Amino acid sequence: MPEKLFKVHKEEYILPGNRACSGCGLTLAYRYLLKALGENTILTLPASCLTVLHGLYPTTSVSIPCLNCTFASTAASASGLVAGLAAMNRSDITVVAIAGDGGTFDIGIQALSGAAERGTDFIFVCYDNEGYMNTGTQRSSATPAGALTTTTPFLTKQQNKKDMMKIMEGHDIPYLASTSASFPMDIYDKFVKAKRIKGTRYIQIATPCPPGWAFPPRDTVKIGRLAVETGIVVLYEIEDGKFRFTGRSKTLAEKGARAPVINFVERQGRFRKMSMEQLGQLQRSVNNKWSEYLKRAAE
Amino acid sequence: METKDDNISAMCKPAVGEAGKTGDWRDATPVIDPAKCIASVKNRPACYLCWLYCPEGIVTAGVPVEIDLTYCKGCGICAEECPAKAITMVMHEEGKS
Amino acid sequence: MSDVQILTGNQAAAHAVKLCKVQVISAYPITPSTPVTEAISQWVERGELKAEYIRVESEHSVMTVCISASTVGARVFTSTSSHGLLYMHEQLHWAAGSRLPIVLACVNRGVGAPWSIFNDQQDSIAQRDTGWIQIYCRDNQEIIDSLIQAYRIAEQVYCPVMVCYDGFILSHTMMPVDIPDADQVCRFLPPYKPHTILSPEDPRNINPVIFPWQRRDAEGVLRDGYMDLRWKLQHALEGSRDVIVETCRAYAEEFGRDHGGMLWTYRANDAEVLLASMGSLATEATVAVDLLREQGIRAGLVGIRVYRPFPRREVREAFGKVPAIVVFEKDISYGYEGALCADIKASLYGTGIQTPVHHFIAGLGGRDVKAGELAEAVRSSLAAIASGNSEKQTWLNCVTE
Repeated sequence: MPEKLFKVHKEEYILPGNRACSGCGLTLAYRYLLKALGENTILTLPASCLTVLHGLYPTTSVSIPCLNCTFASTAASASGLVAGLAAMNRSDITVVAIAGDGGTFDIGIQALSGAAERGTDFIFVCYDNEGYMNTGTQRSSATPAGALTTTTPFLTKQQNKKDMMKIMEGHDIPYLASTSASFPMDIYDKFVKAKRIKGTRYIQIATPCPPGWAFPPRDTVKIGRLAVETGIVVLYEIEDGKFRFTGRSKTLAEKGARAPVINFVERQGRFRKMSMEQLGQLQRSVNNKWSEYLKRAAE
Repeated sequence: METKDDNISAMCKPAVGEAGKTGDWRDATPVIDPAKCIASVKNRPACYLCWLYCPEGIVTAGVPVEIDLTYCKGCGICAEECPAKAITMVMHEEGKS
Repeated sequence: MSDVQILTGNQAAAHAVKLCKVQVISAYPITPSTPVTEAISQWVERGELKAEYIRVESEHSVMTVCISASTVGARVFTSTSSHGLLYMHEQLHWAAGSRLPIVLACVNRGVGAPWSIFNDQQDSIAQRDTGWIQIYCRDNQEIIDSLIQAYRIAEQVYCPVMVCYDGFILSHTMMPVDIPDADQVCRFLPPYKPHTILSPEDPRNINPVIFPWQRRDAEGVLRDGYMDLRWKLQHALEGSRDVIVETCRAYAEEFGRDHGGMLWTYRANDAEVLLASMGSLATEATVAVDLLREQGIRAGLVGIRVYRPFPRREVREAFGKVPAIVVFEKDISYGYEGALCADIKASLYGTGIQTPVHHFIAGLGGRDVKAGELAEAVRSSLAAIASGNSEKQTWLNCVTE
């Protein structure tokens, strides 16, 4: 374990004393993706938890250049950066857009689809905490069925989680990846790889949220790990259409020992009203997803 | 005469402590037991899962391991993930920090 | 060197973009502005204009691309109309607050519901509070000249500029246009020096959340709160008046054409009634002025060229001595009155000027407005004023009660 850690870029680009919540899954993931990207990067991000982490005027907690943009416009903001930098002969700089699940799956989907369709040379990162957490836990299309949020406060979310990876795959882009805040080295390796690829790259990171999911902050890494152990979150990448498991998910694929989804669900207050039917549906959808992925991995 | 803000739009500079001394947020403080911490026991760089999993990056991966208590938010992830159970989150007494 | 070609308003706008060596163009089609970016795409794809041309998926993204590209130092352009402008409304605010020298050509078109593809000025006038400079063109020559001036103004005051011209009436109508010499334009426009710093060499976070109050930075400098920054925008816009006037004067000196600065007048010196209008409607009103003069009424016209910042000083001077004012405009601030009329009246407040001001809402959704109708409207206003009616709103040539 230590050898791998020692290869990791040492500098911390997130400065202490920032405004993120205690135990925030996003902050953990962000540490590693920034280490992998390095300094020759320009970020753009919309209204989201990350905006708050970056801090309020006149001080910022992140030492990488960043342009804030409106909620719907993240991928378009990145498109403008890419175009402007090309015009200024600075195309060596990596442009990275980072939005939450709301800013990716919902309000940001139009601009993202446009940017991807145009083959814009940038990395789009979605940190998925499964809801509008910056505004106090409202439901998004990334919220799993059975979860309580402030806008699904009694009946729970009825619809299944939107499969954003499938949507992005439909855009014919060179690289997509799914990773998790509980597996920092998996994040790091994927971003090191993505940085070298040209074209639109989409990386989705599962980031547990203590206040939004209702679990104690000390369990952030554990909850995120359980998501992977139960197969709900899968660590994989699709490079030029070729599917490949990575890390812990690769091991699970080879050994076939996924834990039951209830192990993930029972630890979080947001699922306390989840019905047996919804739980069963979740298990079935995870099983189906894995059948499909195992088939693809074998090709 | 106070210098005026010469920015015509909101441009921030990076600095530590944008949200103040976030160590104030804690209601429990991580304490590392060198008798259990693998790096301390082996007296060389080892393990460092606390460094890996700290969202704030305020763990120094040295011998001994050190935590910057000025900024530690007290999430307790280090204590939870430590394979040697070397870190304890010590609750503050009521009314004290 | 003179290069007069017969061009539509859209073609004139496109030529201006080429002359200004714009570096990033973001484009989305909407009638009647589409031909502008179509013309530009021809030049870009044939290598005649070296620029990044981004075919975005919506007008909201159009303005977003302009914002981020301008932030890193590129000269940018886009054109739109009507609902396209409305769709990017949020981003218009963002661009102004970011203090970026973006130039946009708004080809004026009515807004729904229900749909209209025809001309009025509701689209751009509804954006008057966003913090953009607004220039209204009266003919195709003024379109090409104002767009060139717009870059110089914008890049000096760091405020975005909207150059507006009437859809179909100007955009699709052919007129002789003297295309300025490319080298002369180059000399007229200094290179764009961004105030924004977005670069790995000096990492900054641009446009984050800001508190209501001032706050010290890590070096102890007391930095602005929201309201202080917003004051700076207002202050810059008010100050831009001098830059607009000076740019117009410098342009006249360099290229031989003077479009009047903030406003222009026609036969106004000895007027007993002054008409007021913007854009091609003002051009039509000059014909009405001539008709009225033939009929023995000493009419004159004040053509408002720059609507924001509102030319308060020039308006007070222009309307100071006339006994009657009749405003014609292609917009309405619903629930109140024509925006131009309201602004003119407000700018006369406190001066002691008590002149009756009548106004006519005309040409909404492209309803044709003829000089004869304008003249008739003035005569009826004068009669109403004579019988003591000092303030009236009439919808011209429209089915009302």
